[in-house]
Amino acid sequence: MIHPLRKQRMQWICLILISASVATALIAYMLRQNANFFYTPSQIVIGQAPLGVSLRAGGEVVVGSLKRAQQSLAIEFLVSDGSHSVKVKYEGILPDLFSEGQSTVVTGKIDDQNTLHAVQVLAKHDENYTPPEIAEMYENQGI
Amino acid sequence: MSVFLSPDLGHIALIIGSCLAFVQALIPLAGSYTGTVRWMQMGRSLACGNLFFVFLAFLCLLNAFLSDDFTVRYVAQNSNTLLPTYFKFSAVWSAHEGSLLLWVLILSMWTAAVALLGSRLPLQFLSRTLAILGLISVGFGFFLLLTSNPFERTFPLPPIDGQDLNPLLQDIALILHPPLLYLGYVGLAVPFAFAISALLESRFDSAWANWSRPWTIASWCFLTVGIFLGSWWAYYELGWGGWWFWDPVENASLMPWLVTTALVHSLIASEQRGVFRGWTVLLAIFAFSLSLLGTFLVRSGVLTSVHAFASDPERGIYILLFLSIVVGSTLALFAIRGPVLMSSSSYSGTSRETFLLINNLILTVAVAVVLLGTLYPLISDAFGLGKISVGPPYFNFFFVPLTFVLLIFIPLAMRSSWGNVSTKALSSWLMQPLLLSLLLGLIGSTTLAYWVGEKENSLLAIVTLTCVSWVSVMIFKDLRDKIKSSSFTLLPVRYYGMVLAHLGVAVTVLGAGLYAASGIQRDVKMGIGDSAVLGGYTFYLSDIKRDRRSNFSFTQAEIIVSKEGREVVTLNPEKRHYFSNPQTMTEAAIDPGLLRDLYVSLGEPLDDDHWAIRLHVKPFVRCIWLGGAMISLGGLLAVLDKRYRRRKICSRDRANLPVQSASEL
Repeated sequence: MIHPLRKQRMQWICLILISASVATALIAYMLRQNANFFYTPSQIVIGQAPLGVSLRAGGEVVVGSLKRAQQSLAIEFLVSDGSHSVKVKYEGILPDLFSEGQSTVVTGKIDDQNTLHAVQVLAKHDENYTPPEIAEMYENQGI
Repeated sequence: MSVFLSPDLGHIALIIGSCLAFVQALIPLAGSYTGTVRWMQMGRSLACGNLFFVFLAFLCLLNAFLSDDFTVRYVAQNSNTLLPTYFKFSAVWSAHEGSLLLWVLILSMWTAAVALLGSRLPLQFLSRTLAILGLISVGFGFFLLLTSNPFERTFPLPPIDGQDLNPLLQDIALILHPPLLYLGYVGLAVPFAFAISALLESRFDSAWANWSRPWTIASWCFLTVGIFLGSWWAYYELGWGGWWFWDPVENASLMPWLVTTALVHSLIASEQRGVFRGWTVLLAIFAFSLSLLGTFLVRSGVLTSVHAFASDPERGIYILLFLSIVVGSTLALFAIRGPVLMSSSSYSGTSRETFLLINNLILTVAVAVVLLGTLYPLISDAFGLGKISVGPPYFNFFFVPLTFVLLIFIPLAMRSSWGNVSTKALSSWLMQPLLLSLLLGLIGSTTLAYWVGEKENSLLAIVTLTCVSWVSVMIFKDLRDKIKSSSFTLLPVRYYGMVLAHLGVAVTVLGAGLYAASGIQRDVKMGIGDSAVLGGYTFYLSDIKRDRRSNFSFTQAEIIVSKEGREVVTLNPEKRHYFSNPQTMTEAAIDPGLLRDLYVSLGEPLDDDHWAIRLHVKPFVRCIWLGGAMISLGGLLAVLDKRYRRRKICSRDRANLPVQSASEL
């Protein structure tokens, strides 16, 4: 005969262990599904980035590359890391601090033309801030 | 007066304050072990002295802002002669150095409050608590002085004018948001210090839980107000129209809130029944650790965030070091003293204890989900697995179902009694509300679908309305029974607090769920004379004009909204250009309403007098913040309860008493 208190405790421990392992497995799976990897324009151009998978890319918006459609809010521009550039297409409103010659981070999918179809465009939030990915990208290139 | 409050005086006051905190960390603690009453009593006056000097330092920085003293680097970077006076106040805590000074000031306030209001605590316990709070204050005081001194001067030549406050922060909600959030964040140091003192003297009776409860609820209240205020600010100021973005900085405040919510509830069980003691202590430790982690995430800039401001990695390392010392040493202490915390009473499968435990488990899982999602990019980067970010779909996938499960269990915990409930009794008073809420859910979602002009009911709307009705029906049933059996005025204030807070949760979920299910948004290109139709409303752009105010010029659109030929409202969204800063700002125009918000914001100017304009119709979005207000007010009522002001309380372990009725919350 097991002491009732101990039995109760054992039941709880089993329940917690099972639910914790299920939760962990599910969390790990969902994290992998929803992780957006960061690629530099050079990596995309040489084909290191997977096609049709949600990812992020960043760099400087090339001066003079921003084009707007006549009838809709469709936009396209080039993002460059200094050596290569990638064409980005986006439809919607750009953030306030987005401008040519400034850094940006975009989230979206790449098609077989190596064009990035963005669903989100982020610009920096204040004058002195550079997203860590872009800061490191420039650092690696010795800029 | 203003000459007297110089930045140098502020610097010196901060040094003296930190030294006093150091003494406060040593003497009362030593006294509590040697039994020297005089040493222990020093804690109280040291805490007040610390508050005096830190407050003096804060006044000096405030004075530097008000008198445009640009010889101080921090003022030069965050203020401007053109800035309106009330924004000079909030500019004090708008960036790293000042907000840390505010952190330290608020810690001193909480410490002094414990010292002054804690007269019913035993001297030994009080002195240890004050010593631990002093230790935390020392850590942050030195962090401030060594890595981020707000009083640093600009040499050799001060600038003629400052760089101005970030325009995003020039807003009334941002005057209040950081202090309130910090009151909550830092307030968690108090239950933490209580838990550590309890571990030091192995004292976990119901008296201990009773002392800890009002402090925990108070800081939880501030945290709630702070988070909801931040979400409200993001809604109308960022110009995107969302209310929660699963951004690392938002998650940093959500995690301690979830843990504290769990703590508030497990403290009830610990006080009333003597159960979950170890768990309660762990939660108190985690709540404060997560608030430190939040400070680290926000201040180190290690994560890409829409909220990230310029930051310095050296500061991040300091906080991380501090965090690891705090977590490491307290968990070690917990491991040593843990075995004392075994529960002394038992409870059956269906009882209030069980339901509280389930609610605690759900909240803990939610925290784990948010924590892993927030830290995964850091872990992945550290192990060279690539630079990633985790998007909202991950968080929503877990958080939304968890919230609904939590809603199902809330009324069960409220209605059942301590110890044991017979399953028969349970199911007999559950059937009626269950059927009623299912019915309400179906009727409600059909009405909603008809109202917003959709053909089908959305699943999200049905589930939301059913769960919300379930909570509300059960709460009102409980309220009616309680009033019938006792009387309206005899019920304790904390009971009304509990009812209000839980109804608030239901109202917030109602807003979030219905907004997600039936909110509509469209980005359109419009020129003067164009109109667009959205959700039955016609938006007509009648005019665009340009003008200027004190420190910015702006472009303002005039949009007339009408429904079925009748004019509803005229909205004036703005685009602002600040003089001192090349930054542009979007000011959305909102027509608020309990049932729906109309939200219009200007995007960017396109070619020849056309603008990109974002239009939203947001049903019930206001309920999100209404619910937040109810939750906080409920917490406030709970803190005001007489139970926490009793001078002497029965130190007998309540767990040994016979089973109490459900009304004894």
